[in-house]
Amino acid sequence: MLKQAIENLGNHTIQGVWRIGFASRFFLSMLLHSGTAFRRFGLTIREMYFTGVLSLIIILVSGLFVGMVLGLQGYETLQRYGSESALGTLVALSLVRELGPVLAGLLFASRAGSAITAEIGLMKATEQLSAMEMMAVDPIARVVAPRFWAGVISMPLLAALFSAMGVLGGYLVGVKLIGVDEGSFWSQMQGAVDFEQDILNGVIKSVVFGIAVTTIALFEGYDAPPTAEGVSGATTRTVVTSSLVVLALDFILTAFMFRGLN
Amino acid sequence: MNRTVLDFWVGLFVIAGIGALLFLALKVGSMSTVNSADSYEVIADFQNIGGLKPRAPVKSAGVVVGRVADIRFDNEKYEAAVTLRLDKRYAFPKDTSAAIMTSGLLGEQYVGLEAGGDSQKLKDKDRILITQDAVVLENLIGQFLYGKAQEGAPK
Repeated sequence: MLKQAIENLGNHTIQGVWRIGFASRFFLSMLLHSGTAFRRFGLTIREMYFTGVLSLIIILVSGLFVGMVLGLQGYETLQRYGSESALGTLVALSLVRELGPVLAGLLFASRAGSAITAEIGLMKATEQLSAMEMMAVDPIARVVAPRFWAGVISMPLLAALFSAMGVLGGYLVGVKLIGVDEGSFWSQMQGAVDFEQDILNGVIKSVVFGIAVTTIALFEGYDAPPTAEGVSGATTRTVVTSSLVVLALDFILTAFMFRGLN
Repeated sequence: MNRTVLDFWVGLFVIAGIGALLFLALKVGSMSTVNSADSYEVIADFQNIGGLKPRAPVKSAGVVVGRVADIRFDNEKYEAAVTLRLDKRYAFPKDTSAAIMTSGLLGEQYVGLEAGGDSQKLKDKDRILITQDAVVLENLIGQFLYGKAQEGAPK
């Protein structure tokens, strides 16, 4: 009984280490084969359409609503202290620093990451990847790397759009609907939001999330067992793992970026 | 899907993304006073800066004219040396006075500049000689209590 448990633990550990090693080698070979993604940029553009452009609707609408809710809730709290003019600061800082990159990352994982995993998993299950290898086409260079770079390029743009829409949403609710003074809304926001400290750090965060989410999605698809259940399980794992990784990375990055600020 | 349609949409997406970044940089953030090329620095010594922090605004007549670049402790004078980075567009007379003020009752602290009457202007690395410290609430209460005690003293 005890022996069984120890064996199980050992098996899981070996499997885990093996997977991490495989994932690292996968990541490295993806970077090494990135040349194709840039030489044949049409491939990357095609993938940017699927990961970026098709995610636009969900990103823009969520951003708008998150900003509107922030405007409402922020006003509710701030007006108790008579500082509703700080609403712009609250909305902009929380969006640019945290909510923009993180929520865009989570949405990106569920909208684009799952699609990438399912697509590559199915390509593997239907032996398209093997067929490519037979034709001396490296599937990593032809299929994986363009998707990776498309994700890495799309993610910061999506996060910026999310933040911008959120600020507009906060503006609509705060200024147009509730009637916070427009001048103080924008001027306090501009006084508090710093380009390097806040906006640039938010962009760095979104780039890191883009790398993490696309790598996980690609790896799960590439590693998926070539069966129907295998692909569905891999898709689920992509969303769960990349969401958790985005949140964990966000904590680590925030601890480095904003500690000691103020 | 048609190649050109695809290219068009991706191009639009990239333009929108960069537009959003620009919007964040220019409208949400304030890039204008960060740029060190268009600014000059002056130093003001305070005996007490209260809760003043780097990046706090420097205002004159209520208008933001610069930012606090750096706060150090001067170990020779035992005072706080505050470096103010001011926008080049605004020149101040040499006898300008600096005071640490609070916006609202509990708001953030900022440096207020009041222009003097000198015909000479402040230059880079100049010192502001007339300064007024931050109001520390405890001192204020202490003074008030002291005054009250004086009032109530037997005649």
